[in-house]
Order: sequence, then C-alpha cells, then structure tokens
Amino acid sequence: MSAATGRMQVGGTTGDPLIKVERLSKSFPLTSGLLEQLRFEQGRLVRKREQIQAINDVDLNVQRGEALCVVGESGCGKSTLARVVMGLLPPSTGHVYFENRRIDQLSAEKLLPFRRRMQMIFQNPYASLNPRMTVKQTLEEPVRFHHPGISPAELSDKIIEVMRSVGVDPGWNERFPHEFSGGQRQRISIARALMMDPEFIVADEPISALDVSIQAQVLNLLMETQAQRSLTYLFITHDLSVVEHFGTRVAVMYLGALCELAKTRTLFQQPRHPYTQALLSAIPKLSQNRPSHKQLLGEVPTPINLPGGCFFHPRCIHANERCRQERPILNATGAETLVACHAVAEGRLG
Amino acid sequence: MSRYRTLFRQSALLYRFRRDKVAIASFSILLLLLIISFAAPFIAPFNPYDPTQIDIMDSNLPPVWQTDGDARFTLGTDTQGRDIWSTMLYGTRISITIGLFAVLLQSLLGIAMGLAAGYYGGRLDSFLMRLADIQLSFSTLMVAIVVLAVFQAAFGSELYNELAIFMLILVIGIAEWPQYARTVRASVLAEKKKEYVDAVRVIGLSRRRIMFRHILPNTLSPILVISTVQVANAIMSEAALSFLGLGMPVNQPSLGSLINSGFQYILSGSWWITTFPALLLILLVLVINLLGDWLRDVLNPKLYKE
Repeated sequence: MSAATGRMQVGGTTGDPLIKVERLSKSFPLTSGLLEQLRFEQGRLVRKREQIQAINDVDLNVQRGEALCVVGESGCGKSTLARVVMGLLPPSTGHVYFENRRIDQLSAEKLLPFRRRMQMIFQNPYASLNPRMTVKQTLEEPVRFHHPGISPAELSDKIIEVMRSVGVDPGWNERFPHEFSGGQRQRISIARALMMDPEFIVADEPISALDVSIQAQVLNLLMETQAQRSLTYLFITHDLSVVEHFGTRVAVMYLGALCELAKTRTLFQQPRHPYTQALLSAIPKLSQNRPSHKQLLGEVPTPINLPGGCFFHPRCIHANERCRQERPILNATGAETLVACHAVAEGRLG
Repeated sequence: MSRYRTLFRQSALLYRFRRDKVAIASFSILLLLLIISFAAPFIAPFNPYDPTQIDIMDSNLPPVWQTDGDARFTLGTDTQGRDIWSTMLYGTRISITIGLFAVLLQSLLGIAMGLAAGYYGGRLDSFLMRLADIQLSFSTLMVAIVVLAVFQAAFGSELYNELAIFMLILVIGIAEWPQYARTVRASVLAEKKKEYVDAVRVIGLSRRRIMFRHILPNTLSPILVISTVQVANAIMSEAALSFLGLGMPVNQPSLGSLINSGFQYILSGSWWITTFPALLLILLVLVINLLGDWLRDVLNPKLYKE
C-alpha cells in the first residue's frame, strides 16, 4: 500500500485495493440560478448558496474479490456514493482510484479502458432497460461499442453464453423488455453488465424493487456469478438480512459519512458504533416475542444544515461535549473494525 | 421483419384503431384525399396549369346540377374558365405538400433544439428556451406576413411566384419550431432521469449517441401526436396566407388561393368558386385533427377511456 493511504488502514485485508475512495465529498446545489442565490439580509444584498451535503469525507477501499456492502437508511448517500465511484457524478472533493490510478478527473475518452472493467446494476428493472430495444440490441451495444471489430458469430455466442449464465432463455433475445417480468428484467440487466467481462460491479439496491421470492433468486445469481467470474462487488442496500447473507465486509453510512466498517460477521456479532447497534436491533427476529429495539431519538437531520461535531450526536444517548464539537474519524478498534465514534475510542460504551 | 409485422398486428394501436369508428372514418377520408390529390394528373379531367386547356368562354359556369351547368365541369368553373374540381385536386396537392414539408422542417429544427436543451441543460437550455419564448410571442401569421411581404417587395412578384412554395415551407417551418422544441425538451427531461440512460453512460457511449439512439426513440410518441396537429395547422396557415394574397400565385393555386380568388364573386352569385375549396379544406383539417386527437388518447396511458 502506498504512503498516501496512511490515513486509514483497512481491517485485516492485504494487497492493493481494486477501488479506493479517498476523502470523497459530494454536494448538490439547491439554489441553481443567480437570482435564487441573492437575498436581502439586514438591508444588504447577499449571495447565499445552499447545498445538500450528500457525502462527507468518505474513505473506502474495495478489495479484489470481495463484496463490500454499504448500508444505511434512505437519503444517507449510498446511491450517490455508487454513482460517484462509477463516474456518473463528479465528486465535489476527493479522489476515486481504480487499481491506484485516479479515474475521477479523466476525460470520457481516457476513462474508456476503465469503463470496460467496471459495470453497474440498477435498482429499478422497469427503468433500467431501454423499452425500445430488444434484449439482443441491449446486450450487443456495449460489446460493439468497446470492440468494434467483433465478428457477428462471436457476438452471438457471447450473448448466448451470458444469457444462459443468468438463467434467461437465449431464444428470447428478440423480445422487448415489456415482455418480461421484473425478475427476468433484472437478470437481463445483470447480463448486460456481464457482457463486458467486468472485474468490478456496482450494484445499487439491485433487489429492493423485486418480489421477495425473486429477491433470493437474483441474490443467489449474483453470488454464483461472483464465484464463477471472480467479480468484486460494491453492493448498496438497505436490507440488513441481505448484507448478512452476501457481504464480505460492511460499511454503515449515516448522513453521508461512514460510521463503521467491519467484516460482516464481526459487525453482526459485535456492532460497535451506537448507530449500528440501533440499526441491528431493528432486525426482526423470530425467537423474540417482545423485540428489544434500541429506539433512536428524533429524526435524521437534513443534509442541508449538518450538525456540527459527530453527525450522529443529536440522536446518540452516549453523546457528550466532545461529540458536539469534534467530528470523529474512522479509527481501528479491534482487529478488523473501523469505527468513527469518540465514545468507542474512549471506551465509554463499556 | 416478420416479427415486427406480427408485433404490429397484435399491437394495442391497431386494436384501438379497429374499435374506433371516428378514427377509421377519418383515416379513410384522409387516405382518400391523399390519393386523389397526389394522383390528380391522372384523375382530374383538366390540367389547370395548362393554358391551352383553359377557355375564357367557359368562365363562371355553375355546377352541373344548376340550370346553366355544363356537363364537362361537375363543380363549375372559376372566372378564368378553369374546372373547379380539377383545380381543387391540384390545390389540395399543393396544400398537403406545403403542410408536410413545413412540419418536416419544424420537427427537424425543433427536435434538434429540444434534445440539446433538455439533454445538455444549463445555459444552452436557458438560451434556447428564451429564444423559443421570443419566437412564440410573435404570431406565426405576423412573422409570415412580414417576411413574405418584404420578399415580394424586394425581389418582385415574378421571382416570388416562382419560389412561393419554398418560401411558404420555410416561413411556416421556421415560425413554429418552438412547439416541437418544448414538447421534446419536456420528454427528454423525463427520459434523461431514467436508469437506462445511466446504464448506457456507464458503458461510455458518447452524448450524441445517447441522445439520438436512446433518448430520442423514447420521445417519439408525443412527437407523433403534435406532428399530426401541426400538419393541420400548417395547412391552415398556408391557406390563411394565400387568402391574404401572400401565398401561392393565381396560376398555381392552393386551396387558400382558390378560396381567395372566388371570394370577390361570392356576392355576385358565383358561390361555388369559394364554397367547394373551403369545404374540402375544412374536411382535410378536420380529419387530420380528429386523427391527432385519437392518437393522443391512445398513446397517453393516463387518458384511457372506453
């Protein structure tokens, strides 16, 4: 690992990361036009810009071959993180590296060799396929674009192979997306991502729009393809049971910042951060008659006016003066866990 | 190809068309008008463009069922002795041609601007849309009258008569592009947010390819709907301009110029010169509008009605 990564050590894993995200922040302007920004305050005309802080200073490594799950509630910036990593959104500050090469500032042309190696699976299978293109056209497009010289026979062999591997009958390749069910469409989406033989796949809540019975099938398909094609996943989800089943490591996000990053089993057995503890206690269990929810106080603050200090302090029962003043950074506690919490660092949590 | 044919046979469009009597009737009438106007040289008993076939002695003959009617001229003749029926057929051909090409021009301009405005957004969007607002604040007729009158005054009516059809297409085409630009922009804004666009951006396709290959095909249904209405509008604009004497010249009349040429004689009893072309114009515009309305209902799933 190069010296530049000294700010954070990833628990337990060794070797160069495939994807490295460094001090990444992303904000979206709320006031776009100049007229909206101008305001009268105390008799003077002031220019005021408001923005939503979607991601705040996130450091994250994705190791080759793992499935890193990012969890958090709605609006905590998980999807934005996925989009910035894929280059769909430019970061406000910070860098994204692919195999130690910075990719977030590359031009569209220079990014192409990396585009071949990373793909994305989207949340809504009803919107992620172009309704006017047949399955075959959808699957052909990326290959034709990146390998213009490919022969028709090779291409159709590839389509048949990929369609088989995701469990869709290759004979259906002349059909349009509206002729398929949600689960089948998601399989086709996965097939499109696999057509380029990528190494890295970002899956943005790929199963949350599906029926429960289909969720398991698609999840198993994702795990099988990971094993067959030695893929690396960045898996965005809000479903903790999926994480337990799927993830190698888990990153918990709250208001655009990482709270905790740990191996899946460690996190589920021994959550350290107060937010993670509350989150995990919300998983319903069959063995319990009376669930022991750790109820959090209040609401998630708006990402427009972020609380000072630790983002979680207004809702944290362990918060003290230091938490209100100073933003905690991710610290290694224990062998394989990184936690951003003063209380954990000070040992106040017991 | 056969697959697309079966898809069309099973399509909701065809199914709804078969069940809608108004649509069937409008479509049949429109088809009939198109056929007889474009086959005018073969159908029409006279060629109104050929001076040798026109005899001034035949002028102002009433339709055949009136006492002074002549069996050769079913709908009578105009003041120059031209057969009204033949002239109407030729005039319809001119009107439809102008309507179609003006709409083609409008749609090319409007789609390009609307796509660019919607997809690139930002300053380009503001600029193009303000341009559209300015354009829309002048009425089409006013712009057309100014341009055509200036052209006529500057280059003489000789040249104008030769170029009238192109001038009309240009003027009507350019004056109405904002209709398309606004519609296309609105659909592009909606389509752009969908995930399939992100999916092709992840592949790395160029913006132009995404715009034309992925977004444009998905904005086609509103384009189709306004196109029908715009053809009717363009035909109306052309008729209005011709009626005002700024359209097609007398020796190459469109429906509008025919109405105009007979208008002076309507009070002296020659009602047929104006009435028959006017009825045909109304019928043509009506069926196109009815078809457009039907198409809008069918293509808009929010407006399902039984």
